[in-house]
Amino acid sequence: MLVQQTKAEFLKLWRVPAFSATSLLLPLVFYSFIGIGQASQVMQGGVRFGAYFLASMAVYAVANVMIFSFGISVATERGMKMDLLMRATPLPPLIYLLSRCITAVVFAGLTLVVLFPFAYIAGDVRLDASVWLTLAYRVLLGSIPFIALGFAIGYLSGPSSAVAVINLIYLPMAFASGLFFPKQLLPQIIQNISPYLPLYRFGQLGWNAIGYPTSESVTTDWLYLAGYGVVFFAIAVWAYRREESRKFS
Amino acid sequence: MPPAAELIDATKKYGEIEALRGVTIRIELGDVVAILGPNGAGKTTSISLLVGLRKPTSGKALLFGLEPTNLLVRSRVGVMLQESGVPAMLKVREIVDLFRSYYPKPLPRDRAIAMAGLEEKANALVKELSGGQRQRLYFALAVCGDPDVLFLDEPTVGMDVEGRRSFIERIAEFARMGRTVVLTTHYLEEADQLAKRVIVIDRGVVIADAPPAEIKSKVAGRRMRFVAPDLTERDLEGLPVTAVSITDHRVQLLTNRPEAVLRDLFQRGVDISDLEVAGADLEDAFIAMTSH
Repeated sequence: MLVQQTKAEFLKLWRVPAFSATSLLLPLVFYSFIGIGQASQVMQGGVRFGAYFLASMAVYAVANVMIFSFGISVATERGMKMDLLMRATPLPPLIYLLSRCITAVVFAGLTLVVLFPFAYIAGDVRLDASVWLTLAYRVLLGSIPFIALGFAIGYLSGPSSAVAVINLIYLPMAFASGLFFPKQLLPQIIQNISPYLPLYRFGQLGWNAIGYPTSESVTTDWLYLAGYGVVFFAIAVWAYRREESRKFS
Repeated sequence: MPPAAELIDATKKYGEIEALRGVTIRIELGDVVAILGPNGAGKTTSISLLVGLRKPTSGKALLFGLEPTNLLVRSRVGVMLQESGVPAMLKVREIVDLFRSYYPKPLPRDRAIAMAGLEEKANALVKELSGGQRQRLYFALAVCGDPDVLFLDEPTVGMDVEGRRSFIERIAEFARMGRTVVLTTHYLEEADQLAKRVIVIDRGVVIADAPPAEIKSKVAGRRMRFVAPDLTERDLEGLPVTAVSITDHRVQLLTNRPEAVLRDLFQRGVDISDLEVAGADLEDAFIAMTSH
Protein backbone atom coordinates (compact mmCIF):
# COMPACT_ATOMS: atom_id res chain seq x y z
CA MET A 1 0.00 0.00 0.00
CA LEU A 2 2.74 2.42 1.00
CA VAL A 3 4.83 1.43 -2.00
CA GLN A 4 1.93 1.86 -4.43
CA GLN A 5 0.90 5.14 -2.88
CA THR A 6 4.44 6.50 -2.96
CA LYS A 7 4.84 5.43 -6.56
CA ALA A 8 1.59 7.18 -7.46
CA GLU A 9 2.52 10.33 -5.58
CA PHE A 10 5.89 10.42 -7.30
CA LEU A 11 4.41 9.96 -10.78
CA LYS A 12 1.83 12.62 -10.06
CA LEU A 13 4.58 15.14 -9.37
CA TRP A 14 7.04 13.89 -11.97
CA ARG A 15 4.52 14.20 -14.79
CA VAL A 16 3.84 17.86 -14.07
CA PRO A 17 6.75 19.57 -15.86
CA ALA A 18 5.82 22.88 -14.28
CA PHE A 19 6.89 21.28 -11.05
CA SER A 20 9.52 18.70 -11.92
CA ALA A 21 11.43 20.79 -14.45
CA THR A 22 11.41 23.97 -12.41
CA SER A 23 12.46 22.31 -9.19
CA LEU A 24 15.27 20.36 -10.85
CA LEU A 25 16.52 22.96 -13.33
CA LEU A 26 15.87 26.35 -11.76
CA PRO A 27 18.59 25.93 -9.12
CA LEU A 28 21.03 25.12 -11.94
CA VAL A 29 19.96 28.23 -13.83
CA PHE A 30 20.46 30.41 -10.77
CA TYR A 31 23.78 28.78 -10.12
CA SER A 32 24.87 29.53 -13.68
CA PHE A 33 23.81 33.16 -13.50
CA ILE A 34 25.08 34.04 -10.07
CA GLY A 35 27.44 31.34 -8.90
CA ILE A 36 29.72 30.48 -11.81
CA GLY A 37 30.97 33.97 -12.72
CA GLN A 38 32.53 34.61 -9.34
CA ALA A 39 32.97 31.02 -8.21
CA SER A 40 36.67 31.50 -7.49
CA GLN A 41 36.26 34.57 -5.26
CA VAL A 42 37.40 33.77 -1.77
CA MET A 43 35.11 34.75 1.11
CA GLN A 44 35.48 34.65 4.89
CA GLY A 45 37.07 31.50 6.25
CA GLY A 46 38.77 30.86 2.94
CA VAL A 47 35.53 29.58 1.43
CA ARG A 48 35.15 30.00 -2.32
CA PHE A 49 31.93 31.65 -3.51
CA GLY A 50 31.26 28.63 -5.74
CA ALA A 51 30.90 26.45 -2.66
CA TYR A 52 29.04 29.09 -0.69
CA PHE A 53 26.49 29.53 -3.44
CA LEU A 54 26.15 25.78 -3.87
CA ALA A 55 25.03 25.60 -0.25
CA SER A 56 22.59 28.48 -0.89
CA MET A 57 21.09 26.72 -3.89
CA ALA A 58 20.91 23.36 -2.15
CA VAL A 59 18.86 24.98 0.60
CA TYR A 60 16.77 26.88 -1.92
CA ALA A 61 16.09 23.80 -4.06
CA VAL A 62 15.15 21.48 -1.22
CA ALA A 63 12.92 23.94 0.63
CA ASN A 64 11.32 24.77 -2.71
CA VAL A 65 10.41 21.13 -3.33
CA MET A 66 8.94 20.76 0.14
CA ILE A 67 6.76 23.86 0.04
CA PHE A 68 5.63 23.50 -3.54
CA SER A 69 5.01 19.77 -3.67
CA PHE A 70 2.89 19.84 -0.54
CA GLY A 71 1.30 23.24 -0.95
CA ILE A 72 0.19 22.86 -4.52
CA SER A 73 -0.82 19.23 -4.46
CA VAL A 74 -2.89 19.65 -1.31
CA ALA A 75 -4.60 22.75 -2.70
CA THR A 76 -5.23 21.15 -6.09
CA GLU A 77 -6.63 17.96 -4.66
CA ARG A 78 -8.94 19.90 -2.42
CA GLY A 79 -10.06 21.93 -5.41
CA MET A 80 -10.77 18.83 -7.51
CA LYS A 81 -12.39 17.03 -4.61
CA MET A 82 -9.93 14.20 -4.89
CA ASP A 83 -9.72 14.16 -1.15
CA LEU A 84 -13.39 13.13 -1.05
CA LEU A 85 -12.92 9.83 -2.84
CA MET A 86 -9.66 9.07 -1.02
CA ARG A 87 -11.46 9.60 2.26
CA ALA A 88 -13.96 6.91 1.38
CA THR A 89 -11.26 4.28 0.76
CA PRO A 90 -9.61 2.13 3.43
CA LEU A 91 -6.32 4.00 2.92
CA PRO A 92 -5.05 5.01 6.37
CA PRO A 93 -4.41 8.77 6.44
CA LEU A 94 -0.99 8.16 7.95
CA ILE A 95 0.11 6.11 4.92
CA TYR A 96 -1.10 8.89 2.68
CA LEU A 97 0.91 11.46 4.59
CA LEU A 98 3.97 9.24 4.82
CA SER A 99 3.96 8.47 1.09
CA ARG A 100 3.93 12.17 0.32
CA CYS A 101 6.80 12.84 2.68
CA ILE A 102 8.85 10.06 1.12
CA THR A 103 8.08 11.39 -2.35
CA ALA A 104 9.09 14.91 -1.37
CA VAL A 105 12.33 13.70 0.19
CA VAL A 106 13.13 11.62 -2.92
CA PHE A 107 12.43 14.62 -5.10
CA ALA A 108 14.54 16.85 -2.92
CA GLY A 109 17.30 14.25 -3.11
CA LEU A 110 17.04 14.33 -6.90
CA THR A 111 17.53 18.08 -6.97
CA LEU A 112 20.76 17.54 -5.05
CA VAL A 113 21.82 14.72 -7.35
CA VAL A 114 21.55 17.19 -10.21
CA LEU A 115 22.92 20.23 -8.43
CA PHE A 116 26.02 18.74 -6.80
CA PRO A 117 27.71 17.44 -10.00
CA PHE A 118 26.73 20.65 -11.76
CA ALA A 119 28.52 22.72 -9.13
CA TYR A 120 31.46 20.32 -9.20
CA ILE A 121 31.89 20.73 -12.95
CA ALA A 122 30.65 24.23 -13.69
CA GLY A 123 31.62 25.90 -10.43
CA ASP A 124 34.76 23.86 -9.88
CA VAL A 125 33.63 23.13 -6.32
CA ARG A 126 35.94 20.69 -4.53
CA LEU A 127 34.86 19.47 -1.10
CA ASP A 128 35.70 16.48 1.06
CA ALA A 129 33.30 13.58 0.68
CA SER A 130 32.23 14.06 4.29
CA VAL A 131 31.39 17.71 3.57
CA TRP A 132 29.20 16.80 0.60
CA LEU A 133 27.40 14.29 2.80
CA THR A 134 27.02 16.72 5.70
CA LEU A 135 25.53 19.30 3.36
CA ALA A 136 23.14 16.74 1.88
CA TYR A 137 21.84 15.38 5.16
CA ARG A 138 21.53 18.82 6.75
CA VAL A 139 19.45 20.23 3.92
CA LEU A 140 17.24 17.15 3.81
CA LEU A 141 16.68 17.05 7.56
CA GLY A 142 16.36 20.81 7.89
CA SER A 143 13.62 20.91 5.29
CA ILE A 144 11.03 19.23 7.52
CA PRO A 145 9.52 22.50 8.81
CA PHE A 146 8.90 23.50 5.21
CA ILE A 147 6.82 20.38 4.68
CA ALA A 148 4.54 21.64 7.43
CA LEU A 149 4.54 25.12 5.91
CA GLY A 150 3.57 23.64 2.54
CA PHE A 151 0.70 21.74 4.15
CA ALA A 152 -0.53 24.81 5.98
CA ILE A 153 -0.54 26.86 2.77
CA GLY A 154 -2.21 24.00 0.88
CA TYR A 155 -5.09 23.93 3.35
CA LEU A 156 -5.41 27.69 3.75
CA SER A 157 -5.28 28.79 0.12
CA GLY A 158 -7.48 27.93 -2.83
CA PRO A 159 -6.36 25.66 -5.69
CA SER A 160 -5.77 28.55 -8.07
CA SER A 161 -4.18 30.91 -5.57
CA ALA A 162 -1.76 28.40 -4.01
CA VAL A 163 1.03 29.01 -6.54
CA ALA A 164 0.76 32.77 -6.12
CA VAL A 165 0.64 32.55 -2.34
CA ILE A 166 3.68 30.30 -2.23
CA ASN A 167 5.67 32.48 -4.59
CA LEU A 168 4.75 35.56 -2.60
CA ILE A 169 5.97 33.95 0.58
CA TYR A 170 8.86 31.88 -0.65
CA LEU A 171 10.71 34.11 -3.12
CA PRO A 172 10.94 37.24 -0.94
CA MET A 173 11.90 35.04 2.00
CA ALA A 174 14.65 33.41 -0.07
CA PHE A 175 16.05 36.83 -0.98
CA ALA A 176 15.74 38.19 2.54
CA SER A 177 17.48 35.10 3.89
CA GLY A 178 20.50 35.73 1.71
CA LEU A 179 20.08 32.70 -0.53
CA PHE A 180 20.63 34.71 -3.71
CA PHE A 181 22.94 37.42 -2.44
CA PRO A 182 24.93 37.21 0.74
CA LYS A 183 23.14 38.86 3.62
CA GLN A 184 25.74 41.65 3.87
CA LEU A 185 24.58 43.01 0.50
CA LEU A 186 20.95 43.33 1.59
CA PRO A 187 19.41 46.58 2.91
CA GLN A 188 20.01 47.09 6.64
CA ILE A 189 16.36 46.69 7.56
CA ILE A 190 16.21 43.30 5.86
CA GLN A 191 19.45 42.30 7.52
CA ASN A 192 17.77 43.00 10.86
CA ILE A 193 14.85 40.76 10.02
CA SER A 194 16.66 37.89 8.35
CA PRO A 195 18.00 36.13 11.47
CA TYR A 196 14.37 35.47 12.39
CA LEU A 197 13.47 33.86 9.08
CA PRO A 198 13.28 30.06 8.97
CA LEU A 199 14.95 29.98 5.59
CA TYR A 200 17.88 32.03 6.90
CA ARG A 201 18.41 29.52 9.70
CA PHE A 202 18.19 26.76 7.14
CA GLY A 203 20.78 28.59 5.02
CA GLN A 204 23.11 28.90 7.99
CA LEU A 205 23.12 25.12 8.29
CA GLY A 206 24.17 24.82 4.66
CA TRP A 207 26.84 27.50 4.76
CA ASN A 208 28.23 26.15 7.96
CA ALA A 209 28.44 22.70 6.40
CA ILE A 210 30.83 23.87 3.68
CA GLY A 211 33.00 25.69 6.21
CA TYR A 212 31.72 29.25 6.02
CA PRO A 213 31.97 30.85 9.47
CA THR A 214 28.40 31.45 10.64
CA SER A 215 27.67 33.88 13.45
CA GLU A 216 25.87 31.49 15.76
CA SER A 217 26.29 27.85 16.61
CA VAL A 218 24.68 25.18 14.47
CA THR A 219 22.69 24.07 17.49
CA THR A 220 21.00 27.47 17.63
CA ASP A 221 20.04 27.16 13.99
CA TRP A 222 18.60 23.68 14.55
CA LEU A 223 16.63 24.96 17.53
CA TYR A 224 15.22 27.83 15.52
CA LEU A 225 14.20 25.44 12.76
CA ALA A 226 12.65 23.04 15.24
CA GLY A 227 10.68 25.93 16.71
CA TYR A 228 9.42 26.98 13.31
CA GLY A 229 8.63 23.36 12.57
CA VAL A 230 6.38 23.18 15.62
CA VAL A 231 4.63 26.44 14.73
CA PHE A 232 4.07 25.49 11.09
CA PHE A 233 2.92 22.04 12.08
CA ALA A 234 0.42 23.53 14.54
CA ILE A 235 -0.92 25.84 11.83
CA ALA A 236 -1.16 22.93 9.39
CA VAL A 237 -3.06 20.80 11.89
CA TRP A 238 -5.38 23.69 12.70
CA ALA A 239 -6.04 24.31 9.00
CA TYR A 240 -6.60 20.61 8.40
CA ARG A 241 -9.08 20.40 11.27
CA ARG A 242 -10.87 23.50 10.05
CA GLU A 243 -11.29 21.90 6.64
CA GLU A 244 -12.34 18.67 8.28
CA SER A 245 -15.13 20.27 10.27
CA ARG A 246 -16.43 22.04 7.18
CA LYS A 247 -16.37 19.20 4.73
CA PHE A 248 -16.65 16.03 6.71
CA SER A 249 -18.86 16.69 9.69
CA MET B 1 -25.57 -10.71 11.94
CA PRO B 2 -25.89 -6.93 11.66
CA PRO B 3 -27.19 -5.58 8.35
CA ALA B 4 -24.71 -4.50 5.69
CA ALA B 5 -25.74 -0.87 5.97
CA GLU B 6 -28.11 0.93 8.24
CA LEU B 7 -29.40 4.40 8.99
CA ILE B 8 -31.23 4.63 12.28
CA ASP B 9 -33.42 7.69 12.68
CA ALA B 10 -30.67 9.73 11.06
CA THR B 11 -30.99 13.47 10.74
CA LYS B 12 -28.58 15.82 9.05
CA LYS B 13 -28.51 19.58 9.21
CA TYR B 14 -26.27 21.80 7.13
CA GLY B 15 -26.58 25.00 9.10
CA GLU B 16 -30.27 25.82 8.99
CA ILE B 17 -31.07 23.40 6.19
CA GLU B 18 -32.45 20.02 7.21
CA ALA B 19 -31.27 17.59 4.56
CA LEU B 20 -32.48 14.49 6.40
CA ARG B 21 -35.30 14.48 8.91
CA GLY B 22 -35.23 11.12 10.63
CA VAL B 23 -34.40 8.47 8.06
CA THR B 24 -34.34 4.77 8.91
CA ILE B 25 -33.05 2.38 6.27
CA ARG B 26 -31.89 -1.19 6.71
CA ILE B 27 -29.97 -2.86 3.90
CA GLU B 28 -29.16 -6.55 4.19
CA LEU B 29 -26.20 -8.28 2.60
CA GLY B 30 -27.14 -9.15 -0.98
CA ASP B 31 -29.79 -6.45 -1.34
CA VAL B 32 -29.83 -4.36 -4.50
CA VAL B 33 -31.42 -1.09 -3.51
CA ALA B 34 -32.16 2.09 -5.42
CA ILE B 35 -32.60 5.29 -3.45
CA LEU B 36 -34.84 7.47 -5.48
CA GLY B 37 -35.89 11.04 -5.13
CA PRO B 38 -35.94 14.45 -6.76
CA ASN B 39 -32.94 16.75 -6.55
CA GLY B 40 -32.29 17.94 -3.03
CA ALA B 41 -34.34 15.13 -1.50
CA GLY B 42 -31.45 13.87 0.62
CA LYS B 43 -30.09 11.01 -1.51
CA THR B 44 -26.46 12.14 -1.58
CA THR B 45 -26.59 13.01 2.10
CA SER B 46 -27.83 9.49 2.89
CA ILE B 47 -24.92 7.97 0.95
CA SER B 48 -22.43 10.35 2.56
CA LEU B 49 -23.59 9.24 6.00
CA LEU B 50 -23.44 5.57 5.07
CA VAL B 51 -19.89 5.75 3.71
CA GLY B 52 -18.71 7.89 6.60
CA LEU B 53 -17.93 11.06 4.69
CA ARG B 54 -20.39 12.94 6.87
CA LYS B 55 -21.64 12.41 10.37
CA PRO B 56 -25.34 12.39 11.20
CA THR B 57 -26.52 15.33 13.30
CA SER B 58 -28.51 12.83 15.33
CA GLY B 59 -29.26 9.14 14.93
CA LYS B 60 -26.81 6.59 13.59
CA ALA B 61 -25.17 5.42 10.41
CA LEU B 62 -23.66 1.92 10.56
CA LEU B 63 -21.90 -0.47 8.19
CA PHE B 64 -21.88 -4.08 9.34
CA GLY B 65 -22.89 -2.74 12.74
CA LEU B 66 -19.78 -0.56 13.01
CA GLU B 67 -18.85 3.05 12.38
CA PRO B 68 -18.52 3.64 8.63
CA THR B 69 -15.16 5.34 9.19
CA ASN B 70 -13.66 2.13 10.56
CA LEU B 71 -10.93 1.09 8.12
CA LEU B 72 -11.76 -2.61 8.38
CA VAL B 73 -15.32 -1.81 7.44
CA ARG B 74 -14.15 0.43 4.63
CA SER B 75 -12.10 -2.39 3.17
CA ARG B 76 -15.39 -4.20 2.46
CA VAL B 77 -16.94 -1.20 0.74
CA GLY B 78 -16.53 0.35 -2.69
CA VAL B 79 -17.73 3.87 -3.34
CA MET B 80 -18.50 5.90 -6.42
CA LEU B 81 -19.26 9.51 -5.61
CA GLN B 82 -21.04 12.07 -7.66
CA GLU B 83 -18.46 14.81 -7.51
CA SER B 84 -14.97 13.60 -7.07
CA GLY B 85 -11.73 13.90 -8.94
CA VAL B 86 -8.79 11.60 -9.38
CA PRO B 87 -5.23 12.59 -10.22
CA ALA B 88 -5.16 13.66 -13.87
CA MET B 89 -1.55 12.66 -14.44
CA LEU B 90 -1.88 8.98 -13.62
CA LYS B 91 -2.67 6.28 -16.16
CA VAL B 92 -5.86 4.27 -15.81
CA ARG B 93 -4.01 1.08 -14.93
CA GLU B 94 -1.80 2.92 -12.44
CA ILE B 95 -4.69 4.41 -10.52
CA VAL B 96 -6.57 1.10 -10.57
CA ASP B 97 -3.46 -0.56 -9.12
CA LEU B 98 -3.25 2.19 -6.52
CA PHE B 99 -6.83 1.65 -5.38
CA ARG B 100 -6.39 -2.13 -5.47
CA SER B 101 -3.51 -1.77 -3.05
CA TYR B 102 -5.93 -0.34 -0.45
CA TYR B 103 -7.92 -3.58 -0.24
CA PRO B 104 -6.98 -6.94 1.28
CA LYS B 105 -8.32 -9.13 -1.56
CA PRO B 106 -8.64 -7.03 -4.68
CA LEU B 107 -9.80 -8.21 -8.09
CA PRO B 108 -7.06 -8.69 -10.69
CA ARG B 109 -6.31 -5.35 -12.34
CA ASP B 110 -7.38 -6.38 -15.82
CA ARG B 111 -10.62 -7.81 -14.50
CA ALA B 112 -11.52 -4.54 -12.76
CA ILE B 113 -10.70 -2.56 -15.89
CA ALA B 114 -12.73 -4.97 -18.01
CA MET B 115 -15.73 -4.75 -15.69
CA ALA B 116 -15.78 -1.04 -16.39
CA GLY B 117 -15.22 -1.58 -20.12
CA LEU B 118 -12.02 0.45 -20.15
CA GLU B 119 -9.66 -2.14 -21.67
CA GLU B 120 -8.73 0.14 -24.54
CA LYS B 121 -7.95 3.03 -22.22
CA ALA B 122 -5.81 1.15 -19.72
CA ASN B 123 -2.69 3.02 -20.75
CA ALA B 124 -4.31 6.42 -21.17
CA LEU B 125 -3.79 9.23 -18.70
CA VAL B 126 -6.84 10.09 -16.66
CA LYS B 127 -6.90 13.59 -18.13
CA GLU B 128 -7.38 12.13 -21.61
CA LEU B 129 -10.64 10.37 -20.71
CA SER B 130 -14.04 11.61 -21.81
CA GLY B 131 -16.76 12.28 -19.27
CA GLY B 132 -18.38 8.89 -19.72
CA GLN B 133 -15.04 7.09 -19.57
CA ARG B 134 -14.23 8.94 -16.40
CA GLN B 135 -17.48 7.68 -14.84
CA ARG B 136 -16.48 4.17 -15.86
CA LEU B 137 -13.06 4.68 -14.29
CA TYR B 138 -14.76 5.63 -11.02
CA PHE B 139 -16.75 2.44 -11.31
CA ALA B 140 -13.54 0.44 -11.83
CA LEU B 141 -12.07 2.11 -8.73
CA ALA B 142 -15.21 1.29 -6.74
CA VAL B 143 -15.23 -2.42 -7.66
CA CYS B 144 -11.47 -3.11 -7.86
CA GLY B 145 -11.31 -3.98 -4.16
CA ASP B 146 -13.93 -6.69 -4.71
CA PRO B 147 -16.16 -5.08 -2.07
CA ASP B 148 -19.14 -6.73 -0.39
CA VAL B 149 -21.09 -3.51 -0.61
CA LEU B 150 -21.02 -1.05 -3.47
CA PHE B 151 -22.32 2.50 -3.05
CA LEU B 152 -23.01 4.45 -6.21
CA ASP B 153 -24.17 8.04 -6.04
CA GLU B 154 -25.91 8.94 -9.31
CA PRO B 155 -23.55 6.75 -11.31
CA THR B 156 -25.01 7.51 -14.73
CA VAL B 157 -25.35 11.26 -14.39
CA GLY B 158 -24.35 13.02 -17.58
CA MET B 159 -24.42 9.88 -19.74
CA ASP B 160 -26.46 9.44 -22.89
CA VAL B 161 -29.21 6.82 -23.07
CA GLU B 162 -27.00 4.11 -24.57
CA GLY B 163 -24.20 4.80 -22.13
CA ARG B 164 -26.62 4.60 -19.23
CA ARG B 165 -28.05 1.31 -20.39
CA SER B 166 -24.68 -0.41 -20.73
CA PHE B 167 -23.53 1.07 -17.44
CA ILE B 168 -26.58 -0.26 -15.64
CA GLU B 169 -25.82 -3.66 -17.14
CA ARG B 170 -22.30 -3.48 -15.65
CA ILE B 171 -23.75 -2.72 -12.24
CA ALA B 172 -26.25 -5.55 -12.63
CA GLU B 173 -23.38 -7.88 -13.46
CA PHE B 174 -21.64 -6.93 -10.25
CA ALA B 175 -24.86 -7.42 -8.29
CA ARG B 176 -25.23 -10.92 -9.80
CA MET B 177 -21.98 -11.86 -8.09
CA GLY B 178 -24.11 -11.79 -4.93
CA ARG B 179 -22.97 -8.35 -3.84
CA THR B 180 -24.91 -5.62 -2.13
CA VAL B 181 -25.49 -2.58 -4.28
CA VAL B 182 -26.91 0.73 -3.11
CA LEU B 183 -27.36 3.37 -5.73
CA THR B 184 -29.04 6.72 -5.87
CA THR B 185 -30.62 7.93 -9.04
CA HIS B 186 -33.32 10.11 -10.38
CA TYR B 187 -33.58 8.06 -13.55
CA LEU B 188 -36.46 5.87 -12.62
CA GLU B 189 -36.04 3.23 -15.26
CA GLU B 190 -32.64 2.48 -13.74
CA ALA B 191 -34.23 1.62 -10.44
CA ASP B 192 -36.81 -0.46 -12.24
CA GLN B 193 -34.19 -2.39 -14.24
CA LEU B 194 -31.73 -2.95 -11.49
CA ALA B 195 -33.15 -2.87 -8.02
CA LYS B 196 -35.13 -5.41 -6.09
CA ARG B 197 -36.09 -2.71 -3.71
CA VAL B 198 -36.73 0.99 -4.11
CA ILE B 199 -36.52 3.53 -1.34
CA VAL B 200 -38.13 6.83 -2.20
CA ILE B 201 -36.85 9.85 -0.32
CA ASP B 202 -38.48 13.22 -0.54
CA ARG B 203 -37.56 16.32 1.42
CA GLY B 204 -35.43 14.37 3.83
CA VAL B 205 -38.00 11.69 4.66
CA VAL B 206 -38.49 8.14 3.39
CA ILE B 207 -41.91 8.07 1.75
CA ALA B 208 -41.77 4.53 0.37
CA ASP B 209 -39.64 1.41 0.70
CA ALA B 210 -40.81 -1.51 -1.41
CA PRO B 211 -40.11 -3.58 -4.52
CA PRO B 212 -40.47 -1.54 -7.72
CA ALA B 213 -43.65 -3.40 -8.70
CA GLU B 214 -45.28 -2.66 -5.39
CA ILE B 215 -44.45 1.01 -5.59
CA LYS B 216 -46.01 1.14 -9.00
CA SER B 217 -49.18 -0.56 -7.85
CA LYS B 218 -49.45 1.22 -4.54
CA VAL B 219 -49.64 4.68 -5.88
CA ALA B 220 -51.36 4.59 -9.19
CA GLY B 221 -51.48 1.47 -11.24
CA ARG B 222 -53.04 2.84 -14.39
CA ARG B 223 -52.47 5.77 -16.61
CA MET B 224 -55.47 7.05 -18.55
CA ARG B 225 -55.26 9.30 -21.56
CA PHE B 226 -58.19 10.68 -23.51
CA VAL B 227 -59.41 13.71 -25.38
CA ALA B 228 -62.26 15.68 -23.87
CA PRO B 229 -63.21 19.11 -25.17
CA ASP B 230 -64.27 21.60 -22.50
CA LEU B 231 -63.17 19.44 -19.60
CA THR B 232 -61.68 21.34 -16.67
CA GLU B 233 -60.01 20.06 -13.56
CA ARG B 234 -63.17 20.93 -11.65
CA ASP B 235 -65.05 18.26 -13.60
CA LEU B 236 -62.74 15.68 -12.08
CA GLU B 237 -63.31 16.67 -8.47
CA GLY B 238 -64.13 13.78 -6.22
CA LEU B 239 -62.76 11.16 -8.60
CA PRO B 240 -60.05 8.70 -7.43
CA VAL B 241 -57.31 10.24 -9.59
CA THR B 242 -53.89 11.81 -9.13
CA ALA B 243 -51.38 13.69 -11.23
CA VAL B 244 -53.92 15.20 -13.58
CA SER B 245 -52.71 17.21 -16.51
CA ILE B 246 -54.87 18.82 -19.17
CA THR B 247 -53.31 20.33 -22.27
CA ASP B 248 -55.23 21.14 -25.47
CA HIS B 249 -58.21 18.98 -24.44
CA ARG B 250 -55.82 16.08 -23.92
CA VAL B 251 -56.29 14.70 -20.44
CA GLN B 252 -53.80 12.50 -18.65
CA LEU B 253 -54.32 11.10 -15.18
CA LEU B 254 -53.26 8.28 -12.90
CA THR B 255 -55.68 6.04 -11.08
CA ASN B 256 -56.07 2.61 -9.57
CA ARG B 257 -59.73 2.39 -10.64
CA PRO B 258 -60.04 3.35 -14.29
CA GLU B 259 -63.50 1.75 -14.57
CA ALA B 260 -64.90 3.85 -11.73
CA VAL B 261 -63.43 6.97 -13.25
CA LEU B 262 -65.02 6.27 -16.61
CA ARG B 263 -68.43 5.53 -15.08
CA ASP B 264 -68.37 8.79 -13.18
CA LEU B 265 -67.27 10.74 -16.23
CA PHE B 266 -70.13 9.29 -18.27
CA GLN B 267 -72.60 10.02 -15.51
CA ARG B 268 -71.39 13.61 -15.46
CA GLY B 269 -72.03 13.79 -19.15
CA VAL B 270 -68.44 14.31 -20.18
CA ASP B 271 -67.77 13.51 -23.80
CA ILE B 272 -64.55 11.61 -24.28
CA SER B 273 -62.71 10.09 -27.22
CA ASP B 274 -59.38 8.43 -28.00
CA LEU B 275 -59.35 6.63 -24.67
CA GLU B 276 -56.18 4.86 -23.75
CA VAL B 277 -55.49 2.99 -20.51
CA ALA B 278 -52.05 1.63 -19.75
CA GLY B 279 -50.04 0.37 -16.80
CA ALA B 280 -48.25 3.26 -15.14
CA ASP B 281 -44.47 3.04 -15.15
CA LEU B 282 -42.32 3.89 -12.19
CA GLU B 283 -41.85 7.39 -13.47
CA ASP B 284 -45.58 8.06 -13.25
CA ALA B 285 -45.75 6.54 -9.82
CA PHE B 286 -42.87 8.65 -8.73
CA ILE B 287 -44.38 11.86 -10.01
CA ALA B 288 -47.60 11.07 -8.22
CA MET B 289 -45.81 10.31 -4.98
CA THR B 290 -43.66 13.39 -4.87
CA SER B 291 -46.00 15.96 -6.41
CA HIS B 292 -46.67 18.56 -3.82
